Amino acid sequence: MTANGTPYAPHTEAETAAMLSALGVEREEELFDIPEEIRFDGTFDITNREERTTRALVGRVLSENDELVEFLGRGHYDHYVPSMIDHLTDRSEFLTSYTQYQPEIAQGFLQALFEYQSMIVELTGLDVANCSMYDAATALGEAATLAIRSREADGARVLVPERLHEGRRRTLENYLIGHDVDIEAYPMDDGNVDVAELTDRVDESTLLVYAETPTVRGAIEEHLGSIGDLTGEHDALFVVGSDPLALALLEAPARLGADIVIGDAATLGLPAAYGMGTGLFACREAFLRQVPGRLVGASEDATDRRAYTLTLQTREQHIRRERATSNICTNQAWVALRTAMHIAWLGPSGLAELAEDCVVHARELADRLNEIRGLKAPVHDRHHFREFVAHTDQPAQAVASDLEASGYAVHVVGEHEIQLCVTETNADSIDGLVEAATEAAK
Amino acid sequence: MTDDSADEPLTYEQARWANDDEVYEPLLSEKHTQRVDIDSSLPDELTRDSLELPDLSEPQLARHYTRLSEMNYGVESGPFPLGSCTMKYNPKFTEDVAAHPMASVHPDRSERSVQGILEVQYRLQEQLARIGGMDAVTLQPPAGAAGEFTGILLARAYHESNGDDRSEVVIPDSAHGTNFASAAMAGYDVVSLPSADDGRVDTDALAAALSQETAALMLTNPNTLGLFERDIVKIAEMVHDVGGLLYYDGANLNALLGRARPGDMGFDIMHYNVHKTFATPHGGGGPGAGPVGVTDELAFFLPDPHVRRSNGGYERYKPEHSIGKVHGYDGNWLVLLKTYAYIARLGDEGLADASAKAVLNANYLASRIDHEIPFGPFHHEFVASAGDQDAADVAKRMLDYGVHPPTTKWPDIVDEALMTEPTEIEGKRTLDQLAAAFNAVHGEDAATIERAPERTAARRIDQVSAARNPRLSWQALDDE
Repeated sequence: MTANGTPYAPHTEAETAAMLSALGVEREEELFDIPEEIRFDGTFDITNREERTTRALVGRVLSENDELVEFLGRGHYDHYVPSMIDHLTDRSEFLTSYTQYQPEIAQGFLQALFEYQSMIVELTGLDVANCSMYDAATALGEAATLAIRSREADGARVLVPERLHEGRRRTLENYLIGHDVDIEAYPMDDGNVDVAELTDRVDESTLLVYAETPTVRGAIEEHLGSIGDLTGEHDALFVVGSDPLALALLEAPARLGADIVIGDAATLGLPAAYGMGTGLFACREAFLRQVPGRLVGASEDATDRRAYTLTLQTREQHIRRERATSNICTNQAWVALRTAMHIAWLGPSGLAELAEDCVVHARELADRLNEIRGLKAPVHDRHHFREFVAHTDQPAQAVASDLEASGYAVHVVGEHEIQLCVTETNADSIDGLVEAATEAAK
Repeated sequence: MTDDSADEPLTYEQARWANDDEVYEPLLSEKHTQRVDIDSSLPDELTRDSLELPDLSEPQLARHYTRLSEMNYGVESGPFPLGSCTMKYNPKFTEDVAAHPMASVHPDRSERSVQGILEVQYRLQEQLARIGGMDAVTLQPPAGAAGEFTGILLARAYHESNGDDRSEVVIPDSAHGTNFASAAMAGYDVVSLPSADDGRVDTDALAAALSQETAALMLTNPNTLGLFERDIVKIAEMVHDVGGLLYYDGANLNALLGRARPGDMGFDIMHYNVHKTFATPHGGGGPGAGPVGVTDELAFFLPDPHVRRSNGGYERYKPEHSIGKVHGYDGNWLVLLKTYAYIARLGDEGLADASAKAVLNANYLASRIDHEIPFGPFHHEFVASAGDQDAADVAKRMLDYGVHPPTTKWPDIVDEALMTEPTEIEGKRTLDQLAAAFNAVHGEDAATIERAPERTAARRIDQVSAARNPRLSWQALDDE
């Protein structure tokens, strides 16, 4: 019999009494060493509830969301997450564990993260991957601060595409606020990097050039090799943004000159989750001592068996404080576990086939929309991955609103431009979307 | 298995089992995996030639990850008194809440179509504000350290808007390492504040450290020694007198729920570690979430978007002088949703009782262990000294007793520190067992302790060679 306000403290009345008595006090209040003048005697006005009614309450609130079929992407994607992942990652030994500061009793998570790092190394072609950042936006910020530490260049420039997801651009601005560094946008040409324009802008003051594939408009970037050559000539870092599924098909960025790859790894492993992600971060070995975040390394235990441990912790803030490579401590480890599990579940063939589907589905949907009066798709004459931009004769906002009224969510990305993303989770709804778009675009 | 094998082969290595009828046991030394040729409708120059990844069936993978989980220690495996980390039991039902199909939608949905999510965000903003005694709360920062960074960016924006260019952030030497790193990231010089002999802020040293250059003082209360900063009202005055802001590190908020609020103590900015105070799972190191609360004076600067009520519904808006964004979208939503459910379950009464039991447990456990505890009285955690023993070795030996050890060797103002936080979820019997484990190790000889752990699946791991010869991926094992 417990006698508590919180249902998660196991104390019986007798036990509480015995503990208080052992401490020589009558009530818990006496243990609080808080001056009278700042003691709180108000309420939060939050009613406690039974578990059953709490679930019902939250379910009722969430049901206020509309049920829509989402054709949304722009850097955040919904792929089918196999049931096995929920069941296995919800095992409490994973879910309720902490950072692996005692490796002897954390071998399971450490090995899973080592496997995650190995998969990211394979997909990016780079030497080192950390075991997660918060999301793509913060990973981009960390890549830029790594570049600053590596180049020791104040008053330098970071070059980013003019079309960059707003959340990434504005997060990057905050990561660079403590540094004398300018962020400069370079132009795009029909959905890809305008290499001639970029060439004019890269010089010795260029700290890094950031490019994405696929881009925020869904186009596969065709000029990564040229950009890699360009940054190589000027000793600027080349940072590529992508995701693990796209990289299953596309050339490994390291082979095109990338020094760092960032992106959102939770493209695999998490559902849409209202923007929750996992920052992917991989780099060349030359930057090993500058890597932000945690690294899992292989070692041996006292019986010479292979074992895993967090390593190179002298970069981290609990040891190096203000001279740390980053302030990141809590990361997205459990999501990285889910990503690794999803990749393993698909296997190399499954992953490559799913990636190929992302090319084929986007092409098919664009072709079908292009046949509709009032629509032209895709806007860019490029190869696309998952998504593309369509031109609308009608105001894009009106088209999107009509589509939403019919049960379909799309992006508005210009006065006369909408963007649509197709994956295996919404491919079955294409017929309905096309029908609704035929009405909406007129 | 060969001698250098781990207990569980990598997924990569297990791929070999499926491919070789002759071999049942994994050939660990060969590290074989599946390589496929890439056949694409894209031009060759854009695509890779091949992809090499593990290739296992679902049952094999299920066994693999089950075995890995068995080689891992979580809150449900046993006591986890890791100081300053607040390893509480994570109620199961919040996982079901987060799995609600309506919880997982795309972040670029129209406002109108996600009223349910906006309502949860709004209510949680309001509830956290009341719990902390703050006026407004942003949910965007995806972790505690991200909250610190956000808070310092808010302080910076506040000073700049007053035409006040300040260069320093003052931080006690006993603070979390993230405080220092977050202040530096936001472009500030860090002034380290030595602790007084009683383990608290030395107000004379504080007076010397404060100046017109002080943008903020970062403090946790109770501090990392578990001690309440009794002079907090005076400290707040001193900081405010030089025009600085007072920042509250919410890592230790579990000690204060319903008893005291940072806002009432004079703090201007605070972050909440919801994965600590509000029992969302730590997930092996994340995700967490680090909402930030501020007073009215600073609310104009909060990240974009913020959520407010509008004609019968909820809307996102950009605060007038918003610092912008600290995450690509709105942070770790599923963690915040679990937080909301946890708070709704406990209510005022449960939250206050959680603190009461956490403080009771810490004091009771401390009273039962033989080690010297140099400072007090303490709240939810205490720092004992291992004395002549090496605290890191003591921790390894505690693993043999089937418990997760305390945080060791930090803060360094206590020799061989054992920072211990039992939280409210342990009962008297478990605390007695935990004390017995502490005391047993306390009485053991150096040789026994240095050999530990001996009863764990993996024995003591060589962390020096892991750092000297970094092998960070399966690919890097190739030269073995």
